[in-house]
Amino acid sequence: MSVAVYIAVMAVTTYLIRVIPFAAVRGKIKSRFLNSVLYYIPFAVLSAMTFPAIFYATGNVITSVIGTVIALVMAYFNLPLIVVALTSSAGAFIASLIIGGIS
Amino acid sequence: MRHGIPIMLGYFSVSFGFGVLCIQKNLSILAAVGISVTNLTSAGQVAGVEVIAASGSLIEMILCQLVINLRYSLMSLSLSQKLDPSFNLMHRLFAGYGVTDEIFAVASAQTEPLTPAYMYGLILTPFLGWSSGTLLGALAGDIMPASVTAALSLMLYGMFMAIIVPPAKKNSRVLFAVLIAAALSVVMHYCLPMISGGFAIIIAAVIASVTGALFFPVTDENNGEEKK
Repeated sequence: MSVAVYIAVMAVTTYLIRVIPFAAVRGKIKSRFLNSVLYYIPFAVLSAMTFPAIFYATGNVITSVIGTVIALVMAYFNLPLIVVALTSSAGAFIASLIIGGIS
Repeated sequence: MRHGIPIMLGYFSVSFGFGVLCIQKNLSILAAVGISVTNLTSAGQVAGVEVIAASGSLIEMILCQLVINLRYSLMSLSLSQKLDPSFNLMHRLFAGYGVTDEIFAVASAQTEPLTPAYMYGLILTPFLGWSSGTLLGALAGDIMPASVTAALSLMLYGMFMAIIVPPAKKNSRVLFAVLIAAALSVVMHYCLPMISGGFAIIIAAVIASVTGALFFPVTDENNGEEKK
């Protein structure tokens, strides 16, 4: 299947999700349960996407895990997004050089 | 418009990571930018790229976007209550495209009713940051040596960690949902490999969120903290 078809389907779905309530619906969602589910969804989605994919992100499990640990520690100390991302990548890159140097 | 500038800077770096990821998954630069321009959402786009890379079905793509982006419905719903009377259907059809977590957060913090001009200004700068970041990330992914792009492909996941770890540290309900989602995703990956990536994300996220909602229902209206 062509990539363009995927992108079109993806774009239309995302657009409709946003626009239908914006253009049509009036009134608020009262259900506490539904509101709670919607509150957790972003965190749960990001978590499910990160694990276990992050362990394979670089194509090498060892450098990926080193990057993962750095990201965890940096995020734990509330460092900004870009700092967490760059130190994690840099750590994995240095690790790959060291591994490459040994083997 | 200036309200969008801090959002733009954040989007630029996240979308740079997205651009690198697309190249890693063998998508073209044009496809990467095309996805960003038409979708303007990080989590949904990454899951979408996974589906494309795995040659998943279109049903899987629709379900994936529906689950991951369902929260936008709630945000649009909430913003629809704050719109200025000058916001006619035409404006709603255009501005609805730009409802993201951060834009929602800024827009809903305004005390004045939202005019179309305000919303377009607020959406424009983040949109530019998101598109140009994707383009540069994809270009970088294309020209840099494989060892560098391999390391850079960690960027996006690193940012996801930076988004989920601080609230999970502060709030045990969020930690609970995050751990369940991660555990289910890992179990499905290793024990149930016939479930494709997109579906695994949907299943893990829905079970984790429903479990969280059953055990720890949210009382306040605070939906903030999460990033796009």
